[in-house]
Amino acid sequence: MTVKLTINDNIAEVEEGTTVLEATEALGIKIPTLCYHKALSPYGGCRLCLVELDDGRQKRIQTSCVYPVQEGLKVETDTERVVKARKIVLELLLARCPESDEIKRIAKDLGVTETRIKKSTVHDEKCILCGLCVRMCEERMGKSVIGFANRGINREVIPPFDAESEICMGCGACAFICPTGAINPKDFCTRGITMLPSEFDLGVGPRPVVSIAFPQAVPNTPTIDKENCVYFQLGKCKMCEAVCEAGAFDFEQQEEIKELEVGAVVLAPGYEIFNPDLKKELGYARYPNVVSSLQFERILSASGPYLGQICRPSDGEHPKKVAFIQCVGSRNEENDYCSSVCCMYATKQAIIAKEHEPDLECTIFYIDLRAYGKEFEAYYNRAESLGIRYIRCRPSSIKEVPNKHNLRINYQASDNELVNEEFDLVVLSTGLRPPEEVNRIAETFGIQLDEQGFAATREFSPIETSRDGVYVCGPFSEPKDIPETVMEASASAAGAMTLLSEVRGTLITHKEYPPEKDVSGQEPRIGVFVCHCGKNIGGVADVPSVAEYARTLPNVVYAADSLYTCSTDTQEMIKEMIGEHNLNRVIVASCSPRTHEPLFRNTCREAGLNEYLFEMANIRDQNTWVHMSEPEKATKMAKDLVRIAVAKSRLLDPLYRGRLKVNNQALVIGGGMAGMTASLFLADQGFHVHLVEKEKELGGNFLHIRSLLNGTDPRQRLTETIDRVNSHPLIDVHLESTVTEAKGSVGNFETTITHNGDKTEVAHGAVIVATGATEYEPTEYLYGNNPRVITQHALEEWIADDNPELRNIKSVVMIQCVGSREEERPYCSRVCCSQAVKNAIVMKDRLPETDAYVLYRDIRTYGFLERHYREAREKGVRFIRYEVDQKPQVSPSQNGFRVSVLDHILNTNLNIQCDLIVLAPAIVPRGDADEVGKLYKVPLNQDRFFLEAHMKLRPVDFATDGVFMCGIAHAPKSVEESIAQASAAASRAATLLSKVELELDATISEIIDANCDGCAYCIDPCPFAALTLIEYMYNGEVKKTVERNEALCKGCGVCMATCPKMGIFVRGFKPEQLGVMVEAALEEA
Amino acid sequence: MADDNFEPRIIAFCCNWCSYAGADLAGVSRLQYPPNILVIRVMCSGMVHPNLVIDALTKGADGVLICGCHPGDCHYLEGNLKAESRKDAIELMLEDFGLEPERFRLEWISASEGPRFAEVMREMTETIRGLGPSPYRQ
Repeated sequence: MTVKLTINDNIAEVEEGTTVLEATEALGIKIPTLCYHKALSPYGGCRLCLVELDDGRQKRIQTSCVYPVQEGLKVETDTERVVKARKIVLELLLARCPESDEIKRIAKDLGVTETRIKKSTVHDEKCILCGLCVRMCEERMGKSVIGFANRGINREVIPPFDAESEICMGCGACAFICPTGAINPKDFCTRGITMLPSEFDLGVGPRPVVSIAFPQAVPNTPTIDKENCVYFQLGKCKMCEAVCEAGAFDFEQQEEIKELEVGAVVLAPGYEIFNPDLKKELGYARYPNVVSSLQFERILSASGPYLGQICRPSDGEHPKKVAFIQCVGSRNEENDYCSSVCCMYATKQAIIAKEHEPDLECTIFYIDLRAYGKEFEAYYNRAESLGIRYIRCRPSSIKEVPNKHNLRINYQASDNELVNEEFDLVVLSTGLRPPEEVNRIAETFGIQLDEQGFAATREFSPIETSRDGVYVCGPFSEPKDIPETVMEASASAAGAMTLLSEVRGTLITHKEYPPEKDVSGQEPRIGVFVCHCGKNIGGVADVPSVAEYARTLPNVVYAADSLYTCSTDTQEMIKEMIGEHNLNRVIVASCSPRTHEPLFRNTCREAGLNEYLFEMANIRDQNTWVHMSEPEKATKMAKDLVRIAVAKSRLLDPLYRGRLKVNNQALVIGGGMAGMTASLFLADQGFHVHLVEKEKELGGNFLHIRSLLNGTDPRQRLTETIDRVNSHPLIDVHLESTVTEAKGSVGNFETTITHNGDKTEVAHGAVIVATGATEYEPTEYLYGNNPRVITQHALEEWIADDNPELRNIKSVVMIQCVGSREEERPYCSRVCCSQAVKNAIVMKDRLPETDAYVLYRDIRTYGFLERHYREAREKGVRFIRYEVDQKPQVSPSQNGFRVSVLDHILNTNLNIQCDLIVLAPAIVPRGDADEVGKLYKVPLNQDRFFLEAHMKLRPVDFATDGVFMCGIAHAPKSVEESIAQASAAASRAATLLSKVELELDATISEIIDANCDGCAYCIDPCPFAALTLIEYMYNGEVKKTVERNEALCKGCGVCMATCPKMGIFVRGFKPEQLGVMVEAALEEA
Repeated sequence: MADDNFEPRIIAFCCNWCSYAGADLAGVSRLQYPPNILVIRVMCSGMVHPNLVIDALTKGADGVLICGCHPGDCHYLEGNLKAESRKDAIELMLEDFGLEPERFRLEWISASEGPRFAEVMREMTETIRGLGPSPYRQ
């Protein structure tokens, strides 16, 4: 049965039993109320929802939330009488709760700022007796913990007898629903109210039962925590379902088990952080201001628990002194490895913390500062110059200062003094552990683990597990940083792609679209679809009036509002309207184009409209969500945003993505281990490779490596690799050759290879730069003047060849960082520490009576290399630290050399007599790196290694498409790391080479030849070297103009903003398009 | 000078990859700021021609913001630095047009800095409110 009634002259037809308030709201007319909630039974408590009713017999004021509709009823929601009555109610509420900000705000909205009624003297009274909490507890939670007691002015909401309640489950629903913040279940619940700790914030902040895991989660959909959900536990509540306008809650969802048939598996389950609670002496979980590094990461985050403010958990105060303790759960007996990343993340956190608060004092307690990665050393130097204090000491315990929650740390200062210092906050740099489920994973996939529980991998192939076809990447096989993880990710993909190359692309299904309508020359016919997004937009802005306004704008032929524009039925409706009204422009006014533009573009395309004839107005994220308490202004702004979108859409053009044929051959420059590995991975996938090597033979620096840390001779592997490369039918090896000229860009390069003056031109789609690096030739420590001062590489050869020189060595001194980590070369060469450790162990094994000393600055045996460092110490190798400004002094003596060095532990000068000195020279970039760089327009960094597109996320790509890098031309690294990076480069190149055609961006720049006078201002600023100046003959004269390479242009528009003549623009962002947007923004609605 | 009824009209050109996303995050986090800013999405802060800024100000905008990625974070490597290098030129033009330098602001706001976006918008609105309407506003 339906009932017809009139509300403010609108006819409404609603179900019998509907209340007047519900009927009114359904029409989009708002009535103020404090005690009504659609999920609870109406109560008529606050009396704000008064309306004037006329049933034909009399006119009277009634509370609309409890009054059922009647046939023929006339409702007026804003007559003078109604407004007056509401104002009196508000005066009463103001008198009862004079301190409540919420009541004051509502009163002010309705024009009431003072009350004529005597104000309550009850201190801080906030309860308005609306009874929402009572109904919530009874109806939704089924508990009835609280209820009304007493009468008249003594009436209040309390548990029975005002006693503490054992029934209260501490769910907090009463506090959630209370409009004035008057109730706190802590006051009566015997269970103690605890917040659910947010997993993402690692317990520093709370999270709701229904939550999105973290802001960037994919999919960005809320889930219910069943364990803590009242419905799942007790069968009550379901408030979420009641408030969700979209009806999106599904309580019946079950875990599903799906079976997939695959040819290869990549395991990337990541790591877990070491639980610092296992180190009781550090006070984690006992002292509130001792946090783990990942918790501190969340504290620093703008989206973290303190919104980017640095606060300490105990009291929310800003700390003045923060200490970082390194190696918590690393480099000890149980965790016999270095976690590889903690030194740098602590340094980063200290720098960011100081950016937040420049006066903050940060102190990092460490053992060895392991800044071994690319540009890490420079970062560490920067941290020191910012005043971050590094103290070489591992504090044994942390004590809390009673009452203040400050923390005391005992440590040994550099002058060996014992110091006891107080800090406000302590961050534990917790190490990386294998994931908890590691045994289950290993069992499921039948792979072996190493003794620490990480995935065991094969020698020379850090991405292959013990089982064929099962690959691994990231810290699951060994703790590692982001760049190495990303490299391994691509490398493991290369492994899988090689295995499956024959079936590549066979499971792809292509979507079919209808032919596109030609709209050229047509007058714009714009359709505007305004979204309510449930209450998200519609609850703030007056959406129907926005749609109505849109209809008044030029060229708008259709406008409508819908509850959810992104829903499937609305999508269908949009497609229908495009056909019915012959729309040639579509605007959706809803959420952000960043999330929904692809969806709506696809809808347009499905209706035969070019997808670029679509425009969006962001009236939710950037309007109703940020102007929630100003509905009128939000409505105005929604209109402004629609007007701006309409203005732009009138000037939209259909755009098309360019297509480019791809040459699927590759060029690899450099025939070392990296270049050969990359070549093999590509050739094994069926791509033809041209491998160019400058020297007479393949092998590069690997030719000089004679033993590995585990004692194996790597030459067998090298020979196998060289043989495979030489005999591979798809690899052309060009020895004693260099690349001398290069043209073209991604997908279509032409390179000239020169061999003994003979030139060969090859066409290829991708380039891999693997030109390697060389060794620094030392000038220090008598190198070159005395044959018994040698490099680690030379020592390795002596050992491998069993050189008789070695037999009489009584004492050997190894000196680290020769040419590295100095002003001229401010980077760490990464591999020298482990090389020294390796050779020192062999020396001790062969000649146990020989004394071996390693003079070092920091021992950087990261990851599993740490075990060998320990082994070396156990075998009696002596490690003595020196400072860069107090380098060891080497002088010839009777039987060899005298090395003098300051021992920091004994604080005395040591004089070591030795008969062999072994230096660890820096790895230096090749002198000709620049030339290769220029050929392919790719840059070097300040240390003259090749510069990748992104230090962390794109470690093998150049910013220039189609050009990749691997090996030590990128930065110093171990053989295994070079192999991983080479596989990664092959993988990245294969994603390009496997395409027949490359689909390019449509929104790239375009030159207006008539406007361009060839001034060339735009050419240098282009970050992608996509523009060139050209000349051609026009009417008998030389005309200069600019040419854009469509494969290289990314559409950033730097050219457009540089051009003084409007001679170049970016499609979709033309100056006139942006211009009309500005003009529309400045118009009044 | 300060007129109680004056509602500043501010245009913010926001980079699609960072500040525009930061503005969205301010929304997702329900951070409130004054309804005086209209955001125009651009692909890069380096795409905004100085003429566009001056046009906006001389056609009646009370303030203009360009918001881009923090140095080093540019989606297009260094478009943001190009935007920064044009700042001085824009300020000189403002002087020529008799406009206060505070009417233009270049800010770096990342995709994760919702609170910062809201804060910058509040500050800018207050600054412009203090300056009063643009002399070019009709």
